Amino acid sequence: MLVNQYSAGVKDYRETYWDPNYKPKGTDLLACFKIVAQDGVSREEAAAAVAAESSTGTWTTVWTDLLTDLDYYKGRAYSLEDVSGDEKAFYAFVAYPLDLFEEGSVVNVLTSLVGNVFGFKAIRSLRLEDVRFPLHYVLTCGGPPNGIRVERDVMNKYGRPMLGCTIKPKLGLSAKNYGRAVYECLRGGLDFTKDDENVNSQPFMRWQHRFNFVADAVHLAAKETGERKGHYLNVTAPTVEEMYKRAEHAKSLDMPIIMHDFLTAGFTANTSLANWCRDNGMLLHIHRAMHAVIDRNPYHGIHFRVLTKCLRLSGGDHLHSGTVVGKLEGDREATLGWISLMRDNYVKEDRNRGIFFDQDWGHMPGLFPVASGGIHVWHMPALVSIFGDDSVFQFGGGTLGHPWGNAAGAAANRVACEACVEARNIGRRLETESHEILTEASQHSPELKAAMETWKEIKFEFDVVDKLN
Amino acid sequence: MSKIHDYPSRIGKNNSLKLGTFSYLNPMNSKRLQKQIDYMVSKNWDAALEHVEPERSNENYWYLWKLPLFGERNVGVILDEVEACKTANPGHHIRLIGYDKLKQTQGTSMVVYRGD
Repeated sequence: MLVNQYSAGVKDYRETYWDPNYKPKGTDLLACFKIVAQDGVSREEAAAAVAAESSTGTWTTVWTDLLTDLDYYKGRAYSLEDVSGDEKAFYAFVAYPLDLFEEGSVVNVLTSLVGNVFGFKAIRSLRLEDVRFPLHYVLTCGGPPNGIRVERDVMNKYGRPMLGCTIKPKLGLSAKNYGRAVYECLRGGLDFTKDDENVNSQPFMRWQHRFNFVADAVHLAAKETGERKGHYLNVTAPTVEEMYKRAEHAKSLDMPIIMHDFLTAGFTANTSLANWCRDNGMLLHIHRAMHAVIDRNPYHGIHFRVLTKCLRLSGGDHLHSGTVVGKLEGDREATLGWISLMRDNYVKEDRNRGIFFDQDWGHMPGLFPVASGGIHVWHMPALVSIFGDDSVFQFGGGTLGHPWGNAAGAAANRVACEACVEARNIGRRLETESHEILTEASQHSPELKAAMETWKEIKFEFDVVDKLN
Repeated sequence: MSKIHDYPSRIGKNNSLKLGTFSYLNPMNSKRLQKQIDYMVSKNWDAALEHVEPERSNENYWYLWKLPLFGERNVGVILDEVEACKTANPGHHIRLIGYDKLKQTQGTSMVVYRGD
């Protein structure tokens, strides 16, 4: 029989890995890549090369291929699509059988899908646009340690977005001065404060001292306001042993929430920490340092919606999402797409929001999107309108930069937030009536009035670099 | 530069103790409250009342007033229950909850009467 004979040499990838008649199975893991092929390489060959190099293939035939059923194990490029407004790039859809991936391992999925293939010479550029994780795979992952519903019950906050603030300057404060800034924010009405991502355990403020002073500030502010408070204590550390040590100490101080940087620390550490949080009833805030390196270039890397899905599987209760309106990059419709991927149980394909596949999350809890970066009270109506209640708005400069200090800045944000929620609930249009709604609320809040005067003219209106095609 | 104001919150002062959503706004009159109940009803959330001695306000469980008003869509009836709860429990905080059974959480929660 001819098919069982070994013939050494190089075959076109498309002979084995391009299968336009393939109908993806419900159990397949599906991926959409945006590809620009080298000149002279056909779309089919480029797509097949990606499917091969990210699954069973290598550049040449090997005799051990014949010891297994590669038709069962191989990934298949099954569809191609034009990228609108772009002649060089195209979308390639690839289906991978479930058996290719270790259960519960985002690490293993990424090692295959975005491994060697990204350096492949026949491809000029490559970007992983979206992944459909079959429900069978989703349910092998731990997911958010607590989720939105549990966090609301733990923090006793309902019917409105939650409010936070990143403490600044991000580097250089002593632990006691840092705790002072935390205390002032929380007594003024914020729900959370946050370690900046750069803050780990530097010589000017070792983590033990920071945790101890911050815990004092959190407890005091809770006593003063009668409300529950938290500070995202950053446990991101050089080793996982050190990470656990910091998490345990936060727990011993009766803190409700800790924080982790999932990309710089890595998915293995993140998944382990999420498991620890689930075991210990600790909320987990996730920062995304390094994401723009990976996701901002429209022709290279991994789209943020894929990073979002990976984080939801690995585990986290909060994830930074961009603000649409603040100082950092983020197209509005695309942002709505990945917010939906964070929170909803089932997300339907919606190309207008950059969603390429239906995604079923089963019973896996959702997480809070966190809007952070260059936002202030004037943005509040738009934020409430875009993000709704299940979100956290993180005002750093927009709290600490208040002319009367952090407590007044916090109160201004809280008043603005509640005024927008009240207005929305009675049917007012937040984005067109923003000026009136805030002005009315400021009649009873000198803190809000001062904030509105301070930040009246600040806007961040630049073109979005990564637009939806 | 405008004059810097002190933030007057103090430990142990009643008006520094906040009670969740809308507690930073000017207290609601019955007209504003009625509109918030309209919103709850329009979302198909079930109203419920809880009350508590002010010193226990940070605890998870307040006293439940009767049972949640399952299926009640008449805003007047809900407001009457607030009054009945107030009369029966002088000096207690009273909280109105909108249970969202689909999301299995409280769609909203607001203190509608302060007992302190």
